[in-house]
Amino acid sequence: MKSSAVSLTRDPAALPRLALVALLVLLLWPGFRLTEFDPGVLFDPRNREIIGRFLGTFFPLALSGEFLRLVIKSTFETLAIATAGMTFALVIAAPLSLIVTRSLSISRIGPGPGLWPGRLLRVPVRVALMLFRSVPEIVWALLFVRAVGLGPAAGVLAIGISYGGMLGKVYAEIFESGDTRPTVALLESGGGHVGAFLYGMLPVALPELVSYTVYRWECAIRASVIMGFVGAGGLGMQMELSMRMLNGGEVSTMLVVFLLLVVLADGISAGLRKAIE
Amino acid sequence: MRPRHWFAITLMLAAVVVSFVYLALDVRQVFSADAAAQMWGYFVRFFPPDFSPEYLAQAWRGTLETIAISAVGTLLAAVCGMLLALPASGRFGLAARVAARFVLNFLRSIPELVWAALMVFAVGLGPFAGTLALAWHTTGVIGRLFAETLENAPREPALALQLAGARPAGAFLYGTLPGVITQFVAYTLYRWEINIRMAAILGVVGAGGLGQMLYMSLSLFQQPQAMTIILAMLMLVGIVDAASAWLRRRMAG
Repeated sequence: MKSSAVSLTRDPAALPRLALVALLVLLLWPGFRLTEFDPGVLFDPRNREIIGRFLGTFFPLALSGEFLRLVIKSTFETLAIATAGMTFALVIAAPLSLIVTRSLSISRIGPGPGLWPGRLLRVPVRVALMLFRSVPEIVWALLFVRAVGLGPAAGVLAIGISYGGMLGKVYAEIFESGDTRPTVALLESGGGHVGAFLYGMLPVALPELVSYTVYRWECAIRASVIMGFVGAGGLGMQMELSMRMLNGGEVSTMLVVFLLLVVLADGISAGLRKAIE
Repeated sequence: MRPRHWFAITLMLAAVVVSFVYLALDVRQVFSADAAAQMWGYFVRFFPPDFSPEYLAQAWRGTLETIAISAVGTLLAAVCGMLLALPASGRFGLAARVAARFVLNFLRSIPELVWAALMVFAVGLGPFAGTLALAWHTTGVIGRLFAETLENAPREPALALQLAGARPAGAFLYGTLPGVITQFVAYTLYRWEINIRMAAILGVVGAGGLGQMLYMSLSLFQQPQAMTIILAMLMLVGIVDAASAWLRRRMAG
């Protein structure tokens, strides 16, 4: 009895488990080399002094009137970039999503002359939407900063393109996933595209369209702060500048404002979605 | 259309108008033939992409670096997340729970890219900054997920072991951990997938990987090279998407 109790304290699966961990470490070892993994850098005395001094300046927050005015201005700029960018995204997404929606195709009902042109048109539009959304928004921002210069215009264009691609795809999916029978019925009884869309498709899809768009607007606010780091204006650009000056107090003030902005956008977006429903 | 609908619509339209006015964006100028020609001139300089063997080798190294940043960052986050999840799940009392949750929320609410910019100042340009940035943010996300898993795990197995005389550590390792480890691994792999995508772009603030190569080639006006890197990013993300979809189907089926 006693000996069995002693043997039970040893884990019979210990060896394979240790082997598995060792294998994982071995597999990840090149990764540690590639990432120049060196925690020592953090504790290097010279480096630690710089980090320490920078971190030390994070408190107290920078609250001078002049700086706060600047922060408020860039916060409004961030909000404006997100809103204007979403407008561009809508301008891109609305027509393109209608083109790729198959239920709205008249030629699909019967073998009409428009069948092949319609199919051929849908392919490049699909590819364009895919490209717009697969290139990360910050890469778009980087490209547009080079094309139109530093400032909010680059951010607006970047959000417009990448969110246009996303909205276009999701809109088409919403159109297709709803009840398409009213639309098809209208088309089959001789209705035009516009009528079938306005009276058949839109009433079914509208609540979901609006709620998704408002949700994306919320994401656009976060994205526009991030894009500021590559020079696309708004709060992110100010934050980057303050970091370069090693002014921790300004950085932490703007981080607080950023977090408040995210919470506020979350609340507004939830409220708007509720109002629409 | 009820009054509140009209109110919401008016509000949104007003926001759009105010935004364009505030940014002083001249829409006609943005869509003018002149601007379009200028944009097109910029666009064509990216083609053809640079497919010379030397640059492809560099891009391949950048891709490996990106994968390494994401893998090591996620691993660090899994370990730290685990350590913070224990107090955050309320195992060491209420005070520790509140403190750990605060730390996790703080780590999580700062975006990866902001962490990366901060880390570049702390440890210098390069992949290590990106690794740490991913590790901080992901610790916040994973720690919270782990803590919730731990809170929802059944207490009986560990309790039985403790009543039979096992020490708390042993009871946790053999009573609680086996029940939650698959969930932990699933969360970690899921975050890894997200982090590969993130690691590809973190470099635009100098934190290594493909993003840093893209930033440098754009700064040096080497557009064909930049195009190669963008293509590499798209391929990496495409492969990760396909692989994860395939794995999910395999595991579900």
